[in-house]
Amino acid sequence: MLHKPALLMLDDGACFEGSACGAALEAAGEVVFTTGMCGYQETLTDPSFYGQIITFTAAHLGNYGVNSHDDEAPSPAAQGAVFHDLFTGAEEIPFPHWRAEGSLNNKMREAGLTGIHGVDTRSLTLHLRARGSRNGVISALDLDKPSLLRRARELPSMKGLDLAVRASAGRHYVFVPEEKMNRPALARPLERPEEKFKVAVMDFGLKRSILLHLHVNGMEPEVWPATATAEDILASGPDGVLLSNGPGDPEPCGYAIRTIRDLLGKKPIFGICLGHQLLALALGGKTYKLPVGHHGMNHPVKDARTGQVTITSQNHGFNVDPDSLPPRVFPTHWNLNDGTLEGLASSGEPAFSVQYHPETSPGTWDAHYLFPLFRRLIIESGKPLGGKYAQA
Amino acid sequence: MPRREDLNSIMVLGSGPIIIGQACEFDYSGTQGCKALKEEGCRIILLNSNPATVMTDVAFSDRTYMEPLTPDMAAEIIRKERPDAILPTLGGQTALNLAMALHRSGVLEECGVKVIGARPSSIELAESREAFRATMLKIGLDMPKSGLASTPEEALSLIGLLSFPIIIRPSYTLGGTGGGIAYNLEEFKEAVRAGINASPIGQILVEESVLGWKEIELEVMRDNADNAVVICGIENFDPMGVHTGDSITVAPILTLTDTEYQALRQDALSVVRAVGVDTGGCNIQFAVDPASGRRVVIEMNPRVSRSSALASKATGFPIARVAAKLALGYRLDELRNDITGTSACFEPVIDYVVVKVPRFNFEKFHGSSPVLGFQMRSVGETMALGGNFREALQKALRGLETGLNGLEPRLKKNCPRLSSSERLEELKKKLYTADPERVLLLYEAMQLGLSVEEARDITGIDPWFLLQILALVREERGLARELAPLIKNAVALCGEGIREHLRLFPPGQNPENVDLGPCARRLRQCKAQGFSDARIAGILSEVIPECALRGEDIGALRRLLGVRPVFRSVDTCAGEFEAHTPYFYSTYDGEGRDPLHSGHLAHLKAGSKKGALPRKVIILGGGPNRIGQGVEFDYCCVQACFALQELGISTIMVNSNPETVSTDYDTADSLYFEPVTLEDLLAICEAEKPDGVIVQFGGQTPLNIALDLEKAGVPILGTRPADIALAEDREAFGMLVERLGIPQPPSGMAVNEESACRIAKEIGYPVMVRPSFVLGGRAMRIIHSEADLRAYIGGQESGLLLDSSSPILVDKFLEAAIEIDVDAVVDPQSVTIAAVMEHIEQAGIHSGDSCCSIPTHTLKEASLDCIRDYARKLGLSLGTVGLLNVQMAIHRGEVYVIEANPRASRTVPFVSKACGLNIAGIAARVMSGRTLKEEGFTEEPRPAYHAVKEAVLPFDRFPGAEIVLGPEMRSTGEVMGIDHSFGIAFLKAQEAAGSPIPRAGNIILTVTDSDKEPLVPLAGRLARLGFVIYATPGTRDVLRAHGIAAELVVKIGPQRPHLLDFMRSRQASMIVNTVSGATSARDATLIRAEAMARKITTITTLAALAAAVEGLETRLVNSRNLAPLQDYYAGAARGKTSC
Repeated sequence: MLHKPALLMLDDGACFEGSACGAALEAAGEVVFTTGMCGYQETLTDPSFYGQIITFTAAHLGNYGVNSHDDEAPSPAAQGAVFHDLFTGAEEIPFPHWRAEGSLNNKMREAGLTGIHGVDTRSLTLHLRARGSRNGVISALDLDKPSLLRRARELPSMKGLDLAVRASAGRHYVFVPEEKMNRPALARPLERPEEKFKVAVMDFGLKRSILLHLHVNGMEPEVWPATATAEDILASGPDGVLLSNGPGDPEPCGYAIRTIRDLLGKKPIFGICLGHQLLALALGGKTYKLPVGHHGMNHPVKDARTGQVTITSQNHGFNVDPDSLPPRVFPTHWNLNDGTLEGLASSGEPAFSVQYHPETSPGTWDAHYLFPLFRRLIIESGKPLGGKYAQA
Repeated sequence: MPRREDLNSIMVLGSGPIIIGQACEFDYSGTQGCKALKEEGCRIILLNSNPATVMTDVAFSDRTYMEPLTPDMAAEIIRKERPDAILPTLGGQTALNLAMALHRSGVLEECGVKVIGARPSSIELAESREAFRATMLKIGLDMPKSGLASTPEEALSLIGLLSFPIIIRPSYTLGGTGGGIAYNLEEFKEAVRAGINASPIGQILVEESVLGWKEIELEVMRDNADNAVVICGIENFDPMGVHTGDSITVAPILTLTDTEYQALRQDALSVVRAVGVDTGGCNIQFAVDPASGRRVVIEMNPRVSRSSALASKATGFPIARVAAKLALGYRLDELRNDITGTSACFEPVIDYVVVKVPRFNFEKFHGSSPVLGFQMRSVGETMALGGNFREALQKALRGLETGLNGLEPRLKKNCPRLSSSERLEELKKKLYTADPERVLLLYEAMQLGLSVEEARDITGIDPWFLLQILALVREERGLARELAPLIKNAVALCGEGIREHLRLFPPGQNPENVDLGPCARRLRQCKAQGFSDARIAGILSEVIPECALRGEDIGALRRLLGVRPVFRSVDTCAGEFEAHTPYFYSTYDGEGRDPLHSGHLAHLKAGSKKGALPRKVIILGGGPNRIGQGVEFDYCCVQACFALQELGISTIMVNSNPETVSTDYDTADSLYFEPVTLEDLLAICEAEKPDGVIVQFGGQTPLNIALDLEKAGVPILGTRPADIALAEDREAFGMLVERLGIPQPPSGMAVNEESACRIAKEIGYPVMVRPSFVLGGRAMRIIHSEADLRAYIGGQESGLLLDSSSPILVDKFLEAAIEIDVDAVVDPQSVTIAAVMEHIEQAGIHSGDSCCSIPTHTLKEASLDCIRDYARKLGLSLGTVGLLNVQMAIHRGEVYVIEANPRASRTVPFVSKACGLNIAGIAARVMSGRTLKEEGFTEEPRPAYHAVKEAVLPFDRFPGAEIVLGPEMRSTGEVMGIDHSFGIAFLKAQEAAGSPIPRAGNIILTVTDSDKEPLVPLAGRLARLGFVIYATPGTRDVLRAHGIAAELVVKIGPQRPHLLDFMRSRQASMIVNTVSGATSARDATLIRAEAMARKITTITTLAALAAAVEGLETRLVNSRNLAPLQDYYAGAARGKTSC
């Protein structure tokens, strides 16, 4: 691959040099880092990264290419990517992995995603850790530093931006899994496997794995746009509602919070990531922005009831304030690293949610059990989880 | 769940002597474990027979038993000490087996002792092939298909299950001999027949081949609440077919997708749960088919392993420490990650690449072929961290200390006459078999145009790795093309040689406004690929020989251009959290450096009042273990660290061996995990600016670079490098000894064959010959005739290409002499002897391979006085400050000095354990400026008991190698026996070394002519002890002539049944076999190999037989003493005051 110089300029003036990759044009957004050591394809296509530039802390990226099984959305949602050592394959030999269909670089180019590689990502990471996630611009076109800095400073802050409505596919459809998609393994044998349930999924920037997990657990997803109303959803006769993951700040999503509020108590609800934050807001809680956010696959989360720890996949910049929750809502999970709230359930209505990604992809399969738990909630429909939560 | 209340007194099992496959990683795990238990206030009872370990230092346990790791001994200790629990999972397979034997014997139940770390049922399940397979299939995991067969018909019936190629492994053969791979039915039938014949029980395992599959290992920790985490995934560069201990391995896993990795992770957790390891660490190995992603379980170890040590050092997560705490009942989430202060219940992530390269010693085992396979043969390993795989690989290769400066062509150097195409053909041929240099051969072949596809087909190595190697090939090419002109310009510009010029201009100043930017950029790019300065100089020298560049010149140029490495911390979290632990590696792949922490050094302030002492000292480690340089040196380094810390000195450790205690992040105040080479050290010194560097403790590794370090302005503590070199310089040393009036065996230094023959003739045969500047007696031989001498120099025998640049030392060999080792500590004014050791075997066997005792047991006081006097004189006149080891020999009543080494010797830990003295620590303080008097060490300790050290040899791993001891060291480890009498201490040492002396039975005597007469009295005593004597004809005749009854055993030859048949029918409990010269070595090798396979105790010198007989006789009247070192030391102190 030819070297084409590129710069990453942060809004505080820190500048990192590298080579352009992918579309090799420009990208702008909030620069965050993820510490996952594999799963770059899933990460880059995760709509939760909408509007962000993802820095990968791993030393080598692109090693096993890309394939058509591992996408989490039809196209990358991230604005840009920062790599240390990017592997682009070689003319000498077909891409060296049995499932690879091409290189990450080519795929990024086709998808119009701009990246920068050869970057001292550790320095960048330490910088972000110390100064907090911040906006930045990658450019292979404009290498004039003052101009880049100006543009980085002009970018809007994540706080107060409604990105969910943009990350959402924005359409209503019934999910039918395709042959090539990865089928997740079942966490445990299905309870009453003959029964199928219909689950309305609110798409705030949905990852495909969530749908696959619902499917293998005997729950057939019908996907609704972020702006769908409770009436529309209830009219379709779902057995339960799943609030999907998604990007950015939950607070500006008033429409979604209203919908959820209207659904509460009527159908069992399961929220994931942004869906968790929206549920918390609908229940009367508050959210706040984390300094660097959680992005990675190794975050330990402790179940408040059982004491069991799961290693979770996380990707969020905002968090629910546990002190803001009304008395009927109780915390179910805590982050062992920084003590932040990781899950909640309501004893008033059948609803629970987690801040992390139980569908993982990328990440460990430790939290897959939450999908059967949701199914159980549906089976016992109408009854709040309350004390039963622990036995699931 | 917090710590269990019922566990207060814990017995920890060590792993015994270092053997291949079980090395000092268990000293690391045991030491960490003991420290962790101590923190919890446990009373620790330790059983380990290996004196070279850090863990057996009495500071780490309350009751340190240095006794054989046998069920009898352990049971006796249990009955005496009544521990609440026994912890076997930190001591390797040895400890696990011992725990299982104790469990089966019922003693644990009888004494109410719990097994913690892993339940016996789990250990059993993991160890039993059949039960493990059944469990795996039950939980839905796949394993390679296989079956056992005892007849060709049975084997054929299995073939339906499998497809070719098929692996045939005979059961219970030494080194896996007799196994094979069949690619078709014909080969299969043949291999089955051969395999059944080769197996002592006539059984073979027929197995599906997973050769060439990816080999992946996961390190898992689980607590009693079923929290389980994967600490590290390790990917093998060498695919299945090469033992993982012999493979180059890499962390993190680099060639699996998330789905593939998570599936493996899930499988690993399922295995751990099914086997039931619920409080500790374990390791699960998988094979993954690169063509389909199919994955199979290969095996699991329900304990801490070599890979755990690697994983700990690679990630910064202290697996053994956490495992010990989990065994006490803690949950993972109750423990903290020291490095970040966050929870220990997490999975480390890394933002660098770790590469481990094994170190081999095939050259020491003539007759054994250096081919890698299922059985591990490496003797050590080195690990390197780099910003990318290429940098880490090249760092690891130079950290190997085999003379490599990184990836280098081999054939080009060794066979310069071959044309490129001939070389490529030759390389391809070699690449089909995995040998220790495969990665180098691969590099060279790719330089010559071997395609990635072909390389993959030949080696099975993943193309991602191959493409990384190819990138290095291209980098080298680009370097020669692009950097050479830049440098040439610089040289031309400067008029003179660049070396001279570089010294002229101060750092940062640009000579005559030349744009050095391109040069700097190119150099940095190349350094980020791991090219060392020396390698760059080598590459450039081929293009611009006129510049005569050396590594130092590139280093100087680099610094001038501001191209320096940055140091980054191993923080377990890829920078997500702040790291508090100063554990660093260097990289050129990035320019931002991590903060160097030193705030945690609480003791620094305490020490600042002692103005005369250095404030910051670097201690250089010994690099990868190898025969001749092992855990003993790590012990010294670690003790030096502790001793200096007590003085308030800040210590910095530099080492590249992941198996060691010295590379634990909490041993020194700062740890640099770096190759111990000049370039890497200078970079560290530049960053740390130490007040002193200690080179005495890490074996030959740091000594080799001591002079260059000093030349570069680095302050060396203790004996000056020039004085260390003087002791190595035979001529200068000889003159000094002569001046002191100390006798030495006549000797000379030969520069060619003729001068060697002339010298030998002058001083008379037999002579001892060796190349100068070697450690571990490499290529050292005793030569009896001129013909043999010529053969040796010609290289036929030594396997070495000797040339005039490495002179040969020719010494008179003192026959039938008693060999003596003296260890002492020296300050500028005085010498204190720590111990005088007497070797059991006569001179001629390398001191590392021979058995020795403290105190001496046959020497007269006059000889001892003479020995002490010589040692003192040498200490004072050699300019020594620190440790001194002197080797002497007593020949016909006269004491000769053989050599003196002003540095830590292999015997330092043995002396320390035998005498209860930390002599490495004392030496470190003396080197820092304290006196022996201030240290309170002015008198030689006189223990009132006996300690015997015995060596452990790895012949069972090298089928075909000659099994004869000689002046070239071959042992991998050592054990110690301690008791009130010499005889019983000797018996204990033998038992600990795995060759217990039987108390009765049939004994075969077959000795060389010169030993026949001296054998007579010993044979008589053996007969009186109740042994039934069998002897080969010559030996029998002499015995009979002296009235000693002996049955005849036919010598090995056409007449059957002969000696080997006799041994095979298991009629012998012990065999005494001595040889002289090369003539009887062949028979001896056959006899000793047979004895090894049948586990018949073999004695190979009369001196050892005499010691054994003495021991057996003592045992008739005295029982063995069972006491911890603490009691021996206390008793010794009492003995001293009473006299």
